[in-house]
Amino acid sequence: MARIDLVDLAHSYGGNDAAPESFALKPVTMTWRQGGAYALLGPSGCGKTTLLNVISGIITPSRGKILFDGQDITPLSTQKRNIAQVFQFPVIYDTMTVGENLAFPLKNRGVAKADIDKRVTEIARLLDLEPYLNRKATRLTADAKQKISLGRGLVRNDVAAVLFDEPLTVIDPELKWQLRSKLKALHRELDLTMIYVTHDQTEALTFADTVVVMHDGRVVQSGTPAELFDKPAHTFVGYFIGSPGMNILPAEVKGREARIDGHTIALNRSYDNLPAGAKIEIGVRPEFVETVAPGPGLLTAKIERVDDLGRIRFARTRLGDAKLAARAPAGFTPSDGSAGLKFDPSHVHVYADSLLVEGAA
Amino acid sequence: MDKTINQKAWFLVLPVFLVVAFSAVLPLMTVVNYSMQDTFGNNQFFWNGVGWFKELLDPSTDLGGRFLASLGRNLLFSAIILAIEVPLGIVVALSMPREGWTVAACLVILALPLLIPWNVVGTIWQIFGRPDIGLLGYTLNSIGIDYNYVSNALDAWVTVIAMDVWHWTSLVALLCYAGLKSIPEAYYQAAQIDGASRWAVFKAIQLPKMNRVLLIAVLLRFMDSFMIYTEPFVVTGGGPGNSTTFVSIELVKIALGQFDLGKAAALSLVYNLIILIVCWVFYTVMTNAGVERKARAESEPAVDRSPAGALQPAVALASKEGVV
Repeated sequence: MARIDLVDLAHSYGGNDAAPESFALKPVTMTWRQGGAYALLGPSGCGKTTLLNVISGIITPSRGKILFDGQDITPLSTQKRNIAQVFQFPVIYDTMTVGENLAFPLKNRGVAKADIDKRVTEIARLLDLEPYLNRKATRLTADAKQKISLGRGLVRNDVAAVLFDEPLTVIDPELKWQLRSKLKALHRELDLTMIYVTHDQTEALTFADTVVVMHDGRVVQSGTPAELFDKPAHTFVGYFIGSPGMNILPAEVKGREARIDGHTIALNRSYDNLPAGAKIEIGVRPEFVETVAPGPGLLTAKIERVDDLGRIRFARTRLGDAKLAARAPAGFTPSDGSAGLKFDPSHVHVYADSLLVEGAA
Repeated sequence: MDKTINQKAWFLVLPVFLVVAFSAVLPLMTVVNYSMQDTFGNNQFFWNGVGWFKELLDPSTDLGGRFLASLGRNLLFSAIILAIEVPLGIVVALSMPREGWTVAACLVILALPLLIPWNVVGTIWQIFGRPDIGLLGYTLNSIGIDYNYVSNALDAWVTVIAMDVWHWTSLVALLCYAGLKSIPEAYYQAAQIDGASRWAVFKAIQLPKMNRVLLIAVLLRFMDSFMIYTEPFVVTGGGPGNSTTFVSIELVKIALGQFDLGKAAALSLVYNLIILIVCWVFYTVMTNAGVERKARAESEPAVDRSPAGALQPAVALASKEGVV
């Protein structure tokens, strides 16, 4: 049970003297609330596993501090950190039964036999592993093995946080849902801080109440799934979250207007003090751009194809060099391969050098 | 189905038949033939039936006494070198580096003794242990330890065992190292988080993952040490007395020293039979281990469906060892 603070934390596999740009984890300061369900989301190689291993103590950070409830634990070893971690591939002690696997961490800490048995039964019940307690752990399916790995973390009642490193990679799709709901239920029941690393946005958005998006070693945004969707703080977040991702178009922005390709799009806010010389782009989710019949005053795009996703259709269009996805409303049929685009001004965001700019009302 | 009758086809099999006959069947049958007879030289042979075999297994006769004594010495020798080489090999494998240029360096250094021919190893130790000019023998004697493998049976045993450990521990270490390398990093990290001590990590993770290769190592070393000839023969010649005379040395003494072809033939057949039985045990254990592994993999369909291109799950890695 702990709040976790990262203070100016950074890590480079090349040592502290490596070039700042080569750091696998660039300096980050943030707080993980006690009892929160967090997802660390990002593409492969973005530094999310590095961050997780720094928190668990497998990696000692090149710089900065980690605080558990205000206490500096940076130099402490993994054993002393009261962290549980579930790895990508189930880690099972082959020669032991399920029960012995679950008892292992307690045995190593010299807990009395009676207490171990009680605790193991309790956790096995929680994870639906009770019928298997006396079975050899190697003979179980991958999802049961992952539950055992998780159980080995949960048997210790001093666990500050449970870390998951893409734990569902080897699990069958239909079991993924079950295991994920199980995790969610456990989180509600046990009031533990959980940090879940994944590159799958569905997993992240359904599991977590706070999603931390990482890109190129940096935390680019942390917020609720709705915040990430409605107001991406970085063009990468807009592009990475959502399917299809946010449209990012180079534009000239002045006051309450953005100009693309000589056409003007109205904005909801006023952007008068944009940094000079910055790369200015506008970002708008495909859900908030509608294809209509071409008309005067509308941006006209070439339609390349229309993807029918069942409940919704997206037109993939081309605007000069840029690609843009837009919602194709029911009844819309592309006539001569081109369509007008209608933007919803309240959902058009402006980015300067990839970072969100808050306009004035 | 119609079968083409063509007796000339036998000629195609003939070369193989001849080669096998001359290289294996005829020599073996000659030995079987000798084992049933006695000779007094001048190519005079007398029928003796199973007499030599009876004598061989009867400790009260000269032949039986010598055979059983050398067999006992040989088993003791195998037991001692296994008891030293297996734990030592594990310790060496555990203390080897996991990455970097030192890995290659360690592997080369470990492999060196394995590449030296048996009689050269024997010569090295024969000179190394000599009290007058050998580095080991001279040093030991000059610090006051009375060491002489030519006159003292215990010293001879120590020398022969030290030589075998020096020569073959590398093999055990290399096999164990291969087993250790197949353990994914996550196991160590998980054990660290579970608060496992060094000993617990060894018992719960490393030893179970190594037991397959250890089995191979034990069987290989047993077979090899049971058939040992060259090294002790070069160093001690079987002495002092008969104290380091192992079965193969005894066999050569009878066959070439006394020219007792009948006795030697009987002995070599029994010796061969023992080795064949050990081979069979080796083969059965290995095959059964493979079957059990396969059955286990089949009872675990979930693992097979892991995404392609992903890292292999631990179970899939483990099953690879069966190939060794």
